[in-house]
Amino acid sequence: MSTEVITDSTVDAPGHAEENYLQSGKGVLSWLFTLDHKRIGLMYLVSVLSFFLVGGLLAMVIRIELLTPEGNLAPEVYNRIFTLHGAAMIFVFLVPAIPASLGNFILPLMLGAKDVAFPRLNLLSFHIYLFGALFLVYAILTGGIDTGWTFYTPYSSSFASGSVIAALFGVFILGFSSILTGLNFIVTIHKMRAPGQTWYQMPLFLWAIYATSLIQVLATPVIAITVFLLMIERSLGIGIFDPAMGGDPVLFQHFFWFYSHPVVYLMVLPGFGVISELVAVHSRKNIFGYKAIAFSSVAISGIGFLIWGHHMFVSGQSEFAGILFSFLTFAVAIPTAIKVFSWVATMYKGSIAYTTPMCYVFTFLFLFAIGGLTGLFLATIAVDVHLHDTYFVVAHFHYVMVGGTLTAFLGGLHHWWPKMTGKMYNNKLGNLGAFLVFLGFNVTFMAQFVLGTRGMPRRYHTYLPEFQFWHVISTIGSFILAIAFFLILGYLMHSIFRGKKAPHNPWGGVSLEWETATPPITHNFHGQPIVTRGPYEFPEIEDVEPAKAHA
Amino acid sequence: MNSLSVQTILHQAVQGQGPAEGRFWMPPAASTFASNIDNLFYFIYWLAVIFFVLIIGTMAYFAIKYRRKDPNQRTSPIHGNHALELAWSAIPGVLLIAVFVWGFRAYMDMSVAPKDAMDIRVKAQMWNWSFDYPSAGVNTTELVVPAGRPVKLTMSSKDVLHSFFVPDFRVKKDVLPNRYTTIWFEAIAPGEHQIFCTEYCGQNHSKMLSKVIVKSQEDFDKWIEGQGKLDESIPLSEHGKRIFTERGCTACHTMTGQAGAGPSLKGKYGSQENLADGSQVLVDDNYIRESIMDPTAKVVAGFQPVMPTFKGQLRDDEVDALIEYIKEHGGQ
Repeated sequence: MSTEVITDSTVDAPGHAEENYLQSGKGVLSWLFTLDHKRIGLMYLVSVLSFFLVGGLLAMVIRIELLTPEGNLAPEVYNRIFTLHGAAMIFVFLVPAIPASLGNFILPLMLGAKDVAFPRLNLLSFHIYLFGALFLVYAILTGGIDTGWTFYTPYSSSFASGSVIAALFGVFILGFSSILTGLNFIVTIHKMRAPGQTWYQMPLFLWAIYATSLIQVLATPVIAITVFLLMIERSLGIGIFDPAMGGDPVLFQHFFWFYSHPVVYLMVLPGFGVISELVAVHSRKNIFGYKAIAFSSVAISGIGFLIWGHHMFVSGQSEFAGILFSFLTFAVAIPTAIKVFSWVATMYKGSIAYTTPMCYVFTFLFLFAIGGLTGLFLATIAVDVHLHDTYFVVAHFHYVMVGGTLTAFLGGLHHWWPKMTGKMYNNKLGNLGAFLVFLGFNVTFMAQFVLGTRGMPRRYHTYLPEFQFWHVISTIGSFILAIAFFLILGYLMHSIFRGKKAPHNPWGGVSLEWETATPPITHNFHGQPIVTRGPYEFPEIEDVEPAKAHA
Repeated sequence: MNSLSVQTILHQAVQGQGPAEGRFWMPPAASTFASNIDNLFYFIYWLAVIFFVLIIGTMAYFAIKYRRKDPNQRTSPIHGNHALELAWSAIPGVLLIAVFVWGFRAYMDMSVAPKDAMDIRVKAQMWNWSFDYPSAGVNTTELVVPAGRPVKLTMSSKDVLHSFFVPDFRVKKDVLPNRYTTIWFEAIAPGEHQIFCTEYCGQNHSKMLSKVIVKSQEDFDKWIEGQGKLDESIPLSEHGKRIFTERGCTACHTMTGQAGAGPSLKGKYGSQENLADGSQVLVDDNYIRESIMDPTAKVVAGFQPVMPTFKGQLRDDEVDALIEYIKEHGGQ
C-alpha cells in the first residue's frame, strides 16, 4: 500500500535507531500495566499459548488412556480430564487466541492508528481475562469439574461433585474480557481508520475481526446470564433447569447454544481473516472477490445466531424446530464455501512462495475443507440422529477448531512473528512443523470419523473392544501432533534468543503494519499514514492498462 | 478392531459395501429406515469427496503451477469474476437444498411412528436401562422386540439426561427427567444389537450399556408369554422348579435335606417348623407365601434373617408355582 507520511518520512529508513515497543520500558510492571496494544497482545499470546499447552497435555492423557478398552484411570478422573481439556481449550485458548493476541497486536497497525480506541479498557480486558482464568485454575485445584465443558443440567446443577461454581464463575468473568475486547475493536475500526482507508480498503483480517467482535458483544452476555442462572440453581436450589425443582433442562441447552454456537464462528472467523491475508501476501495477488469474503464474514456471524438448535436435534426439541434449524444450517454453508473457493482462486496466476505461513494456508485449506464438508452430514437432520454425540462430531469440530482456527493462528503467528519479535525463525523447520501438524492431525482425527460412524459415543471412559484399532491409530496421530507442537515451540523460542534479525518487511506486505519499523515503535507511526490504495496491491501485479497500451 | 488387518480395512474402504456386518463407514443396517439413512450418508459422502478433490486438487495444481520461480515473477490483476462467484454459490446451493429435503423426508419417516406400533416404556437411570411392556406386565433389563413389527419407545429418566442410541437401527434420542420422548423402529431380522447411552451422565456413563434382542414374531410371542403368564400346558410344579432356579432360591435352599444359608425344604410341607422365637408354625401354602413375601416375619430357628423379599418381583401365579413345587418335591 502506498502511503504518505505527513511528518518525518525517515521512520522506516534502515538503521533507524529509535527504541521499539519491546525496549521502551523495563521490568514486569512495565508490561503488566502497559497501555500499549502491542504489549497487551504479546501478553495475551503468552497466556493463550500457556493454556494451549495445558489443554494439549490433558488431550494427551485422554489419548493415552483410550489406548485400551478399559484404561487405567478411575472414571471420575477421566471425566474431569476431558472436561478440563474442553473448557481450557475453548474458554481460555480458542476464544481469545486470534482476536486478543494477533488482533490486539495487528489491528491498530493495520488501521494506521497509534493504539486501540480505549487503551485502558484493553488493559482491563486482559486483567479480567487473567482473573477469570484464575478461577478456572482454582476449580481445577479444588476438586476439578466433571460436567463436560457444556455444563448440561440437571447433572451440573444437582448431581456433579467438585468446584462447579468456581468454574462457572470463571466463565462468567472471562465473558466480560471478551465483550470489552469486542467493543474496543468495533469502535477502533469505526473511528480510527487512517485517512483514505475506506471500509473496502481495510485488510480482510479487519473485516473478520469486526464480524467476530459483533458476536463477542451480542452473544457473550447470554452465556453470562446462563451460567449465572446455573450458579443460582446450584447454590440456592432455585429451580430453573432441574426438573426436580420445577425447571427445564432443555431450556438450559437453548440458552447455552445460543451463545456457544455463535462462539464457533467467534473462534473461526478470525482464522478466516488470517488466511485471507496470508494467501494474498504469499501469492502476491489481489484477493479474489474482496467484497464476497468481507460480506460472507458478516453473513456468517449473522446467520450464526439462528442455528443453535442444530446441537439439539435429538434433545427432545420439537421436530419442526429441528427441521428449521437444519435448513438454516445449510444456509451458513454457502458463505463459508464462497470463502474457501475465493482463497483457492486467489492463488490463480500468482507467485506462490512456499513460506511457512503459506504452508499453513495449504494445511488450513485441506483440514478446513474436511471440517466444513463433514458439517454437511451433521446439518442433515436424519443423518445427524445417527452421528450426534459420537466421535464423528468430535472429529468434525476438531477439524474446524484445530484444522481451521489453530492452523490459521499458527500461520498468522509465523506471518507476523518477525513483526512482533524482530526475529526470524528457520523457514525449513517452520515448513517441517506445518507438515507434521498436517500429518499428525489427520491421523488423529480421521480415525475418529471412522469410530463415530460405527457408533462409538463420545465422552466414554471405557469402550467396546471392536473400537480399539481406531483408538490406537488416533493416539499414534496425537503423538505426531505433540511432537510437531514442541518442535514449533522449540524453534520459535530459539529464534527469540538466537534468531537472525528479521528484515523490515520479510514477505513484502503492503498493508499498513509493514509501513512501520520492525519491531514497531511504541506509538506505531511517526505522524499519520494516509492510505491511497488497497491492501493487496503488490508491485508484482501486472497493470492491465499499460499492458493493453503495449498491445 | 483387533482382528481386522490393514488389508481388509483398505478392501472395505475401496469396496464401500462390506458383507452383512456393515459397510466401512456404517454398522449393519438392521432397521427398516437404516438403509435410507445410509444411502443419504453415502450421497453426502460422495458429494463431499467430489468437492474436496475439486478444491484441494485445484489448490495443489495452482500451488505447483504458480510457485515462485523468480522473485520478480509477475502476477495477474484479477479481482474477481462475478459469473464464477455466482456459479460457485448457486451450484452448491442447489445441491444443499436437495440434501436438506432428503434429510427432512427421512427424518419425518423416523419421527412418526406407525399407528399399530407396539408400545414399550424405557426408563433410564444412572447407569442402567429398564424396559416395561405395559400390555404384558413385563419388566426387563434388555430390550426384546419382534422382527418385522414397528416398536415405539416412550422414554423417561429418573435422574439426569441420558440418550438412547442403537447404532444398527440409526436411532437416537435424549431421555429426559419429567418429560417423555419417543422413538420408533422396525427391526428387520432376529439378532442382537448394542444400546449405548450417548448423553454424558456422570461416572459410569460409558458402562450404561444394554442390548436389543430381536426375535422372530413367533419366538417373541413365546418369550413374552413366558414372561407374562405361565404356560398352562406345562405342570405348575415344573414352572416352580424353573423359577426356583432362575430366581436364585437354590443358592440357599436345597431339596436334599442339607441346610444352606436357609433351611432345606425337603419334607417341610405339612410339617411343624420350630421358629427362632420358640413358637411353632405349620408349613402350609400361607406360610410359604408369607416367607417369600415377608421373609423376616417368621424365621426358622437356627437361621439368620437374611433372605430378601420377593414382594413385587414375583406374580401370584409364580408364587403358586413355587408353592406347588415345594409341595410336590419337598412334601412328606
